[in-house]
Amino acid sequence: MTSVLVFLDHPAASLAKSERELLSLAASLGDVVVALADEAGQAYLDGIGSYGVQRYYRPDDAAVSDVLVAGKAAFLAEAVRASGAGIVLLGNSYESKEIAARSGVKLDSGVITDVVALDGDLTATKSDFAGSYTVHCRVTTGVAILTVKPNSVEAVEAGPPSSPEAVRVAVELPRAAARITGRVEKPVSGRPELTEARVIVAGGRGVDGDFGPLEDLADALGGAVGASRAATDAGWIEHSAQIGQTGKTVSPQLYISVGISGAIQQKAGMQTSKVIVAVNKDADSPIFEIADFGIVGDLTTVLPQATEEIRKRGL
Amino acid sequence: MDEATASGLRIAVLVKHVPDAQFDRHISGDDLTTVRSESILSELDEYALEAALQLVEAHGGAAAGHRVTAITMGPAAAVNAVKKSLQIGADDGVHLTDDALTGSDASATSRALAALLQHAGPFDLVLTGMASTDGETSLVPAQLAERLDLPQVTFAASLELTPGDGGWTLAARRDSDTYAETIEAPLPALVSVTDQINDPRYPNFKGIMAAKKKQIQVLSLQDIGLQADEVGFAGSWTTVEAAAPRPPRSQGIVITDEGDAGIRLVDFLAGQKLL
Ligand SMILES: Cc1cc2nc3c(=O)[nH]c(=O)nc-3n(C[C@H](O)[C@H](O)[C@H](O)COP(=O)(O)OP(=O)(O)OC[C@H]3O[C@@H](n4cnc5c(N)ncnc54)[C@H](O)[C@@H]3O)c2cc1C
Repeated sequence: MTSVLVFLDHPAASLAKSERELLSLAASLGDVVVALADEAGQAYLDGIGSYGVQRYYRPDDAAVSDVLVAGKAAFLAEAVRASGAGIVLLGNSYESKEIAARSGVKLDSGVITDVVALDGDLTATKSDFAGSYTVHCRVTTGVAILTVKPNSVEAVEAGPPSSPEAVRVAVELPRAAARITGRVEKPVSGRPELTEARVIVAGGRGVDGDFGPLEDLADALGGAVGASRAATDAGWIEHSAQIGQTGKTVSPQLYISVGISGAIQQKAGMQTSKVIVAVNKDADSPIFEIADFGIVGDLTTVLPQATEEIRKRGL
Repeated sequence: MDEATASGLRIAVLVKHVPDAQFDRHISGDDLTTVRSESILSELDEYALEAALQLVEAHGGAAAGHRVTAITMGPAAAVNAVKKSLQIGADDGVHLTDDALTGSDASATSRALAALLQHAGPFDLVLTGMASTDGETSLVPAQLAERLDLPQVTFAASLELTPGDGGWTLAARRDSDTYAETIEAPLPALVSVTDQINDPRYPNFKGIMAAKKKQIQVLSLQDIGLQADEVGFAGSWTTVEAAAPRPPRSQGIVITDEGDAGIRLVDFLAGQKLL
């Protein structure tokens, strides 16, 4: 049976939803092993074990994480060699894509990013041109290295926790590399991650500095808060909230676009959302061309009313 | 070390000729490659070019021996990306063109660009945009760094160079979801920059006139020592089997707020089972 290696970066206290999805996808393809770049706690390891993983690989040198990407790519390539894996799955963060990219060169193997579906013969489905094309592609040379978008596969129930065994692999660190000299952790909002959220309320220039009504609506819906570049450039919200061509690509069940005109670069990041709602006071805004439900109105009255109504209905 | 005695910097900026996102973009039926009419210099590469020009200007400009070279690969029309870069301020250009390049995936593209940079170099710094606006994989900068064994800094939101006894050092800042990081690397290095790093300048009349006198070197695969089967469809490690345009979204219901739009929104969400 093919062995499938799942690369997990930055382990938290327990397995994240997207990590459970990756392990579930891997288990549907073959025997699962894991490569862990960073130190993980017992609960996390037990979590991996509950997906049938009996072995996980660790670098013999903790310094792989001090250099940017290159160290982790070298580690991943060694873990693939040591495990004899024929398929490698990673998450779809920029860093994961780069680790995939570099280990692909080391292993003479093709890399496919942004995968949203994978069938039994490893044909991968992704979308191109900002969601305007659906493309089917395959790795033709070497090990299939695939980065998979969150929310693409259903995470299946894991089994009882069990402790997988650690296998150390020797990693040769790159000769010259960029070093991380400082790292400041960002405050956490308590809301879901944008790329994983089922509901997103996104605001643009029309918000005029006050994201409060959007945050209230997002909280009522259990959603995340996103933004257009105009809003992040103005400093009203963190840059990591930006959705679009140079921000995040999202495809939630529900995307509520508020005070955003719908420029092509913004649409690039959200047009594969299942349902799109737009609130904008200009009836000619291009966002209405793709909205399933559009409201021509002022966000400062429409949003609080909607939030209050949701709360009133006890939803 | 005094700045004047630091050696001249050679910066390569990778620029790509991509389909303009303002128009419908297409994949052609026969060989599933991107249709490149209506193409422009990738907007995201303008930030890399601006970063190169600012770095050079901060350290004495051309007078100090620094040089910015715009580099592209692709069919004949791709040279337009280099021409635009020369108008904006790059000193010279290189264009790798060869029919065999058609269909190159990220692995084949990075192989060709690595050979090209080695041939046209040496360079102290290779700058790229954060992603191409067509392929959008952002694999190429990382693969280039791997092939050229260069320190890699991607998604730089700021960039500075400092001359020192052992050569130049770069300092960059970048933001991920969880961290804000500061990064340091010795040159030579490869850096990709985000659209947060600067505001790209436009070509002015003087720049457009000056560009006419600047050199563009045109190279073939043979010139850079690659065989036809190392690039293009033959040299790629992935293949596209099918590509279909996604049906466009149709316009839904648009209502005008008459004082109850918030309630009607909740009704809509309830009807869609989204609550
Ligand atoms: C290379 C490049 C990359 C880019 N990448 C991105 C990207 O990733 N993401 C992104 O978003 N943009 C990106 N942009 C910018 C993009 O082109 C637009 O400029 C941007 O999306 C506009 O943001 P906006 O819709 O919030 O602002 P505007 O276009 O100014 O729209 C504001 C809207 O708010 C409405 N409004 C105002 N007040 C109210 C109110 N009280 N109630 C309701 N509606 C109101 C107005 O009618 C208007 O439609 C990029 C641009 C470039 C050149």
